[in-house]
Amino acid sequence: MSITKTEHHTSFVIDNKIWDPAETLSRSQLRELQAVRLREIVARVADVPFYSDAFKERNISPDSIQSVDDLHKLPFTNKSDLRDHYPLGFLAVPREKLVRLHGSSGTTGKPTFVGYTPKDMKMWSDICARFLTAGGLRPEHTVQIAFGYGLFTGGFGLHYGVEKVGALVIPVGGGNTERQLSLMMDLNTEVLVCTPSYALYLAEYAREKGIGPDELPLQYAHLGGEPWTEDMRIEIERQMGLYAFNNYGLSEVIGPGVSGECAARCGMHIQEDHFLVECLNPDTLEPVAEGEKGELVFTTLTKKAMPLIRYRTRDIASLDSSPCVCGRTTVRMSRVVGRTDDMMIIRGVNVFPSQIEEALLRVEGTAPHYQIIISRPQALDEVTVRVEMRPEDFSDMMTKMQDLKMRIIKEIQHVANIRANVELVDPHTLERFQGKAQRVVDNRQDQA
Amino acid sequence: MKIHQLSLFIENKAGQLTEPCALLADAGINILTLMLADTQQFGILRLIVRDWDKTKTLLEDNGHVVNVTEVVAIEVPDRPGGIKEIIEIIDTESLNIEYMYAFTSGRKDKSVIIFRFEDVDNAIEVLKDKGVNVIGSIDLFDQVENS
Repeated sequence: MSITKTEHHTSFVIDNKIWDPAETLSRSQLRELQAVRLREIVARVADVPFYSDAFKERNISPDSIQSVDDLHKLPFTNKSDLRDHYPLGFLAVPREKLVRLHGSSGTTGKPTFVGYTPKDMKMWSDICARFLTAGGLRPEHTVQIAFGYGLFTGGFGLHYGVEKVGALVIPVGGGNTERQLSLMMDLNTEVLVCTPSYALYLAEYAREKGIGPDELPLQYAHLGGEPWTEDMRIEIERQMGLYAFNNYGLSEVIGPGVSGECAARCGMHIQEDHFLVECLNPDTLEPVAEGEKGELVFTTLTKKAMPLIRYRTRDIASLDSSPCVCGRTTVRMSRVVGRTDDMMIIRGVNVFPSQIEEALLRVEGTAPHYQIIISRPQALDEVTVRVEMRPEDFSDMMTKMQDLKMRIIKEIQHVANIRANVELVDPHTLERFQGKAQRVVDNRQDQA
Repeated sequence: MKIHQLSLFIENKAGQLTEPCALLADAGINILTLMLADTQQFGILRLIVRDWDKTKTLLEDNGHVVNVTEVVAIEVPDRPGGIKEIIEIIDTESLNIEYMYAFTSGRKDKSVIIFRFEDVDNAIEVLKDKGVNVIGSIDLFDQVENS
């Protein structure tokens, strides 16, 4: 299979290369491998205090888990559980076996640490090599890593993956845009690794310096570390003249590499021989139907230092197990569309700000600033979406303005399954929080 | 013969008209005529000013959403039936009016009606052909401001 870039590229193709035969196991082989590994991991975590208590409470002995179908019997692990056992209470190996410690930023309290044994490090580099290969990385490439190195897993994970593939790493680290750009130009960097928002920033910086997509040597970007949209991808590709791939991971599970896109870019292939994924309704914790959005829950199947059972990511996405043209047999996850923390429950319906954004995007081409206001004037919840007026959407004709409003209402109903009021408001009137509008204002508690 | 009309998005809440009007006043911009179309929640303020491009920039620089539309100004006799004759022509010729508003001009016995047509070029052609007094912006401003 090959994909030819048209539109903003002259023409280059990504030939389909698969790093590891494990990516193409038949579903039944994969299922069997997962069952074996699940049994092993359950036996191994039985000595971790948190799990031994939880197993006791539920009367689970390692024998009661025979196949993947038994997964539902196992307890969940939450971020708060990791915090409660700070710093290293989840280790399943003696501390002296560790060779690395990473952690998540402690923006909402203490950081959470994740330990790695040499085998974990090898597995991590291997899964990064898989998605990098799927997204066009070849040994002859020069790769600039503009992710931070440090406790954050982004820099190191990708670094080892690139080395594994055999490409040349330039470990620039985060920031210092001027230097990023000059190194890129001087060393003819073909592949950029960073967050999507930094890629956009770099593109704008280059443009201000008079360096357009034709001058930039970049061909591919592997972007991750934060949720982003298809709109952003189009913008990054247009401004930098490259092909951008999405990857996903979280430090608690391993770091980047949990999943990543192939050249078909129809979802991120999850490395299912290492991670067992579930997509659950965050309220009922029951599986959602395939294709429906739910919270991703991962069980690590091969991690040595800190295996996690049914770790609740709070990330909302959907799964697709239909065959992919690339030949990989692994299930694919959609972009992360939201966090359960952002989820609103409106008249019993789960709604995410990203759905409102999607509706606005469909009506207006690009999403304007908006704010969602929830209230409960009487018994029922009411939602008002306030949309900042933009010149390109504004008309002198009342009929067109009313029509715009109606189309937004209908599209919200279609996408989010709720009937919302829509208010068109003056530009720059919605509160901004660090450059971003505060998306949701829930006034219901005030009236309770 | 077309007149440039500015349209301004206005939220329907107290004091929303003050700010744009003050901006124009401070810049010494005279409003020839205006018309406000409103709903419960928002409105559209339509303005005709001489320096429409300068005014547009001023309003936009101050965070307003503005668009420019081409409209047609027609002079009609200020007497019973003055508008009827014009509307009859518009009807007969099937010109589609999006909206319209009228004001008295400086010239005695004459009023000016502003029409927003679906197809402005065609409308001007047809109306002139029928002998309707379509007036251009120079005439319009001269008439009103120098009277």
